[in-house]
Amino acid sequence: MDSILSPTIEPSNVLIKPPVDLMDDPLFEPVSIQTANTPSSKVMSDPSDDFVDLTNNITDSPDEEDTAESPVADPEEDNTEIPLDEPAEEFEDIFGSETEAPQEEVVEADVTVEETPTDKVEEASSVTVPPVDGKTGSDEEGEAIETSSDPIINLGADLPAVKTEQPPPASQAFVDPLEDLLSDVSPAAETQQPPPASVTFADPLVDIIIDDSPPAETQEPPRASKAFFDPLEDLLGAVSPATETQQPPPASQTFSDPLVDLLSAAAEAKIATPATVDLFDEEGSDFFTEARQTKPAKQQKSLFGEADEDLFGEPLGATSKKAVSTEPKDKPVKTKAASTDVSNMGGPLQDSTPAEPADLFSEEAVATVPIVKNTSAASSKTNGVHSEEDMDIFAEATVELSLDSPREERKKDVTVAPSTSAAAPLSAAASLVKPQAAALEELEEEEEEEEQEDKFEILVSVKDPEKVGDGMNAYMGYKVTTQTQMPMFRNKTFTVRRRFSDFLGLYEKLSEKHGPNGFIVPPPPEKSILGMTKVKVGKDDSSAADFVERRRAALERYLQRVVNHPSLLQDPDVREFLERDELPRATSTQALSGAGFLKMINKATDAVSKMTIKMNESDVWFEEKLQEVESSDQHFRKLHALVESLVVHRKELSLNTAGFAKSTAMLGSAEDNTALSRALSQLAEVEDKMEQLHQDQAANDTFSFAELIADYIRLLGAVRGSFDHRMKAWQRWQDAQTALQKKRETEAKLLWANKPDKLQLAKEEIAEWEAKVTQYERDFERVSATVRKEVVRFEKEKARNCKREIINYLECLLQSQQQLIKYWEAFLPEAKAIA
Amino acid sequence: MMEEVNEVTSTLSVDIQSIKVTEVVKDGATLTFLIESEKLSGTGVYHVDRTYDDFEWLQQHLFSQEEVSGIQGVIFPPLPVKAQANASAKVIKQLGILGLGEWQAYCKAMETFVRQIAAHSILGKNNAVEIFLTSSDPPGRHRVRKNIFNRLSQAMEGMRNEGHKDVDEFFQTERDHNLVFTGCAKTAAERFLDVVQTEQKIAVACGHFSTALRLCVEQGEDPDQLDFSKVCVKLSEVFESIQKNVTSVAENNVSTLGLGLDLESRYQEAEKEMLNRRTCKLVELETTRRNAEKAKPVKKAAMEEVKKAAETEFDHISGVAKEEIARLQAARVKMLQQALVQWCEKQLLTAKESADQFNQHLQAFRGMA
Repeated sequence: MDSILSPTIEPSNVLIKPPVDLMDDPLFEPVSIQTANTPSSKVMSDPSDDFVDLTNNITDSPDEEDTAESPVADPEEDNTEIPLDEPAEEFEDIFGSETEAPQEEVVEADVTVEETPTDKVEEASSVTVPPVDGKTGSDEEGEAIETSSDPIINLGADLPAVKTEQPPPASQAFVDPLEDLLSDVSPAAETQQPPPASVTFADPLVDIIIDDSPPAETQEPPRASKAFFDPLEDLLGAVSPATETQQPPPASQTFSDPLVDLLSAAAEAKIATPATVDLFDEEGSDFFTEARQTKPAKQQKSLFGEADEDLFGEPLGATSKKAVSTEPKDKPVKTKAASTDVSNMGGPLQDSTPAEPADLFSEEAVATVPIVKNTSAASSKTNGVHSEEDMDIFAEATVELSLDSPREERKKDVTVAPSTSAAAPLSAAASLVKPQAAALEELEEEEEEEEQEDKFEILVSVKDPEKVGDGMNAYMGYKVTTQTQMPMFRNKTFTVRRRFSDFLGLYEKLSEKHGPNGFIVPPPPEKSILGMTKVKVGKDDSSAADFVERRRAALERYLQRVVNHPSLLQDPDVREFLERDELPRATSTQALSGAGFLKMINKATDAVSKMTIKMNESDVWFEEKLQEVESSDQHFRKLHALVESLVVHRKELSLNTAGFAKSTAMLGSAEDNTALSRALSQLAEVEDKMEQLHQDQAANDTFSFAELIADYIRLLGAVRGSFDHRMKAWQRWQDAQTALQKKRETEAKLLWANKPDKLQLAKEEIAEWEAKVTQYERDFERVSATVRKEVVRFEKEKARNCKREIINYLECLLQSQQQLIKYWEAFLPEAKAIA
Repeated sequence: MMEEVNEVTSTLSVDIQSIKVTEVVKDGATLTFLIESEKLSGTGVYHVDRTYDDFEWLQQHLFSQEEVSGIQGVIFPPLPVKAQANASAKVIKQLGILGLGEWQAYCKAMETFVRQIAAHSILGKNNAVEIFLTSSDPPGRHRVRKNIFNRLSQAMEGMRNEGHKDVDEFFQTERDHNLVFTGCAKTAAERFLDVVQTEQKIAVACGHFSTALRLCVEQGEDPDQLDFSKVCVKLSEVFESIQKNVTSVAENNVSTLGLGLDLESRYQEAEKEMLNRRTCKLVELETTRRNAEKAKPVKKAAMEEVKKAAETEFDHISGVAKEEIARLQAARVKMLQQALVQWCEKQLLTAKESADQFNQHLQAFRGMA
């Protein structure tokens, strides 16, 4: 196994070939060519592997499937930390439940990428050989039906589109979740959103079918769009009366009709869009992520464009071909063409589809081209958000479909699905980019990428704090307004009302999902019983107002931080938070009072320090960083105390100035000398103005420094949390290693005792644990890389943020100083006139 | 500040304008002031060292010039409260703005006191002033004491007579006004002191913050860390400037308006004392008048004599008092005007300098970004 592990490319090559044998050349040849030429080759090969796998699975008996799936499942188990024996269930879990973070899935994909190939290679090699003959024709069908047909049937009932995705071994698992998703109209939105994969499937489709958004968007032709379009075209073409389209993929030929469509589509989808593979196939994701990270746009082009061309281009016909060929150059044109193609499609889909597919693609395309990560992420999010509404529409769509002949239906499904899958990969890939920092070497490149991304065109403001309700049940409501140019959002500006616990709820969700992966999730301001009680009691004193304003500003900064985080922005919960009118009431936040929150942080800190003792840190960087974090935490705390006292003094000054102004006014009124009296009352006015100035300065100090520093104290807590998560990953890995060691010892004992019957079992266990160890090690490395990247990002942000704040502060300071000069200059003649 | 040079028909051998308290020396708890003044002949400079006791001696000496008619009508330049090194909180509170810093303000107040006495048309003629300014032998280390009680009892009496109806409309108004104004001036001085003290606290806080920022410098070659460290250092510099700015604002406050308000407040007190003295005399006079009326013919002549003497004395006092009040009015307006103008100019200067500095910092930060 080990030997197979190391050379990823080789296995792929090997894999590529067997499929070729099994299926007709056209499908794989282009892929193989690519492998030779470009870095993407690897990627290409991976999908092909998957395909092989798939085919293998299909060809083989169900047993085989199990084996094939198991490798996939295992890694996922590890990642998700929900060890399920049955792969299918696991998948369901992943997709069905919100709790699973999209990133996790992504991660899984990532992790599995490396592992799976090996497993697959084995399987592929072993499996493929026997089925070679059987693949073509009826044999295949029969087996395929067993494996894939079931899901397909299910899907067909629900939504055929989803089915296309199934080719990967995981497909079966997917089917169920998808079914769930589709069948549940209302909850579906939520369920779909969590995992990007599921989102992508359901949503894009939904978008296409349902979305009424203006076609104008379609006009924005990103490079990526080309790539996507092709598959879509292909798929759509397949739907259209000219069934020829279906045939192009060699795979389809091998399968019998209904299946052929589905499978071919699936195959297409897979090959064309490795992204789809991502979600389901680990290999695809691997390739994708790598490619993405480095040069997302280009890679995609080459991948999709070439692959599509080769595979589907010819059979599809002139239009599609053109589109493909022109793609690289004229993107806008292409998109249009694509959209038109889509519109040409027949059947019930026609009406709804024409504009939407364009829409979908345009969105994604836009995303991919300028800021690959962001936009794509955005698009995926949009999908997630829309999904709820869309679901209804979707249901209708399905009904319509069912009216048609089964075959037609399937075709449509297929067509729709590929498009969705195409879209999905993009978004998925985009989302993958961040989490999958697997290779440290990529770090720097990614950083550069990040820098570009930093110009996020999204601005979140929290305004109009408003007390809702009376007495102790009162709470503060805030208006959250988002301004964005991002295409992932439906509108440029939108406003929702949120209460404080909603903000906390968002954090809960985010930290649960992203924390274990080593992300630094920005923490919200703590709950303050004291402050809130003041507000509730309704005293109109300034401290309550001060509290509200501080919190409002803190919430705004918190949200802006979340939104500025490229990975978090992609989270459907974030989008939901920003866009959805009504949020389900967050309940778990109740217990999270300020003190509790601090305690939590402290606990985490303690845990970290405890674990550090156990962990012999292999990475000097982390060791140093942790110390730095600790010390800067100390510094920040000190600074915070100092600034707070400064602010207190400033406020006092303001108060005293007011007192002086008052006494000056009295002195002036008591004064007999009219000129002096006048001057004194003038002075009183000047002092009143200065009081305001001092007050502003106090606020300036507060918000530029005190609050900023408080933010960073919280953020440092989050940083430590990410270190903690890394530590946990390490611990798991170590535990696994210990377990493996034990197993090996047992094996040795058995060997010595000469008990061959048990020996076999022990060997299997060793293999299992070996896999786990590798898996955990990768997990740890991945988390480490993520943490590292996040810390670097955090530091970069910190420096930049501080600079920005200081500049603001200085501007204010300068301004108030200039105001002061004006006051003095105005008063001087008054003083001189006394004589 | 309040000197009326033109009025001076001085017998002093020193130039009043040149009188300066140049230095204060701490000797244990005692403060010794070095007083410098130029000889009128222009041929040299007197250097004398005086303790608070010497100042007090001078004041007592002036108080007790029984021979000068109408001396009770004089508004004596107020001597600041006795200051001590390591003064107790109570004393510091009494000192008010004069208790701030390293006694610079206090020296200034003492200097003003001496100058005003020297410049005073009546007081300046007293030999004690000459001695105080020129004698190398400190005059006030013995003697005195007795008169203090005099003064105190006088003050008590004054308090009792505060409500006494005045025969003279002018003095009645002046007394009423003085009562109000003393309160106002005192409050204003106190409030201003609060402002200054807070400014000083801010300066200290800025200093601490600046120092703490310097400790935040991270040791790392990472460009982001270097960046952050640079930001910290720069911000520390910014806060140093803020500290300087606030400090000099506070100093300006003390050295101009602070001293002005303090002097004003003390002068109002002095005026009040004078008015009280006069009121006492008035009460005395009224008593003698009644006594003269009631007196038996045998004593009548003697009583009339006493009454006449009292009347003359009272008239003298009132005459001097009127002059003094008029003089004070003019002087204090001028003094306050000067204080305000100087204050304004100094603050303006500081504000402009600070604005310049802040602007430089801002540019520096913009350059970094």
